[in-house]
Amino acid sequence: MSTDPVMEKVFERPSLLLTAQHSLCPGCGEPLAVRLVLELIQELELRERTICVCGIGCYTAFPSVMDVDVLQALHGRAPSVATGVKRVRPDAFVWTLQGDGDMVSEGLQEVIHSAARGENFTAVLLNNGVFGETGGHATATTVLGQRTKTTPGGRDVERHGHPIKISELIAQLDGVGYVARGAVHTAAGIKWTKQILHDAFQAQLAGRGFSLVEILTMCPTDWFIAPDAGPGWLEENLKSVYPLAVLKS
Amino acid sequence: MEGSQALAEASIQAGCRFYAGYPITPSTEILEYMAMRMPQVGGVCMNAESEIEAIGMVWGAAGCGVRAMTASTGQGISLMQESFAELANAQIPVVAVNMGRGQGDYFQATRGGGHGDYRFIVLSPASAQEAADLAMEAFHLADKWRNPVMIMGDFLLSHTSELVEFRPLDESALPAKTWATTGAVGRQGITLTSLGPAHKLATAVGDSLARVVGKHPEIKAQEVRVDCGFLDDAEVVAVAFGFPGRFVKYAVKLLRERGRKVGYVRPISLWPFPSEAVAQAAANARAVAVFELNSGQMLEDVQLAVLGRAPVHFIGGISHDGSGFGVGPLLDVKVIAERIEALCDGEGRAA
Repeated sequence: MSTDPVMEKVFERPSLLLTAQHSLCPGCGEPLAVRLVLELIQELELRERTICVCGIGCYTAFPSVMDVDVLQALHGRAPSVATGVKRVRPDAFVWTLQGDGDMVSEGLQEVIHSAARGENFTAVLLNNGVFGETGGHATATTVLGQRTKTTPGGRDVERHGHPIKISELIAQLDGVGYVARGAVHTAAGIKWTKQILHDAFQAQLAGRGFSLVEILTMCPTDWFIAPDAGPGWLEENLKSVYPLAVLKS
Repeated sequence: MEGSQALAEASIQAGCRFYAGYPITPSTEILEYMAMRMPQVGGVCMNAESEIEAIGMVWGAAGCGVRAMTASTGQGISLMQESFAELANAQIPVVAVNMGRGQGDYFQATRGGGHGDYRFIVLSPASAQEAADLAMEAFHLADKWRNPVMIMGDFLLSHTSELVEFRPLDESALPAKTWATTGAVGRQGITLTSLGPAHKLATAVGDSLARVVGKHPEIKAQEVRVDCGFLDDAEVVAVAFGFPGRFVKYAVKLLRERGRKVGYVRPISLWPFPSEAVAQAAANARAVAVFELNSGQMLEDVQLAVLGRAPVHFIGGISHDGSGFGVGPLLDVKVIAERIEALCDGEGRAA
């Protein structure tokens, strides 16, 4: 590090992130969210205790660049796999990484039962309201009016039903220690998200049961907008349906 | 002990410390036994909310290096197939038990209903004692090959009480589970996945899948298990597996007492299939008879092994009791002996 205060390095990626490159689209919010998790694992010195269970989505690109142990699960199945991990290794720090299609569409039963059982791990949900990896199809969290390739005229109640507010659903269950929602579309949102991730991790470390952090992330590619329009679209369309809040603590 | 209990107790004595299952007849007794027994040995038994979650939980425990097992019957095993395929390709050793209703799940067990190129080692016990022995062997083979193992049972095996002796294996030669996700202590993190190599910043998916199927010829060479009898001068060879295999053995003994030149082959490993034993038996025989409680599934493996050396006859069939769970009238030594004897007299047409 330079002794010249002007040249002092004030920010760098966590060393747990093995490369500064990512293979996701320009303007994607997922790398920001994953970086926050890795920063916290590093700051809380949890690396050697950490076992991540990763779902299937665009974020499945991250296990190979995260310097922590990762069990790759099937689409939708991370909560049951994490249950097995935590039950045989109760001292491990266990977190799952899933998208909205993975957790709320395919795997809804798994996350609800894991939460109700009070499984003591932290579920991280990256919610952009769309199947990103398949190229822009509707999920259970696609908001009303949102255009996807399977709701080309926009999500319509009559034809497609309502989106599921998973954090509100989980927060009401006994067995749940912590639920909060963040977003990574603004500096303030990123700061807030890091705080709620921290609190969720502390809930797990204190053995308070299931914790969920839902993070709203940008997906300009599958929102069919320019990369720099992502944060504004998130603020206007996603955050209005999914407000940032601590829902249970 | 009932076969289910023998199998469960042997699993615990083999070091199984995690069990997850969903109740379904006739596999439920294993779940009940594990729920009672696991806490006594510091293990975990989960009454999962579905078979899909049960195999997911087993996946997590096994991925951490703990010996883990699930059990179900055909329908529940169907629900687990997606995970089975991934577990095989991620090389995570688990033991899965199918306490089948008839024997209609032979294809499901030996071909698998999952996606991609993979194989389960499949072991088929014919008694409570063999269930106990094969349960211990199943965990050993799973760890030895880093490949899932299925134990293929049935209604009678599950519910028949017999004396059982537990005979643990010497497992000192098994390698340490350095592949398990246990927390990255003193090393870089690893990824336990079917999607590519364990080390970070790597992407060669095809290579790791080729390594998985590369094990198959070695497993075939080393792990065939078979029970044969009266083959030296046998003119008719009966082939059967599982508990019905015991009925066929007994029928063959009765026919020998009557002077009939008959013998039997009872495959214990359904994959790898004892093709060589069947082929040798068929080489000197006038006919091969296949008995199984389905419409003719193992029949195809027998035909592939016999390769025209002798005509292959199907003498089994679908046979249930009124409930659909249990044993039908076809599983009767008298009926089986009559069908084998008819072939001694040159009756019947090849399947």
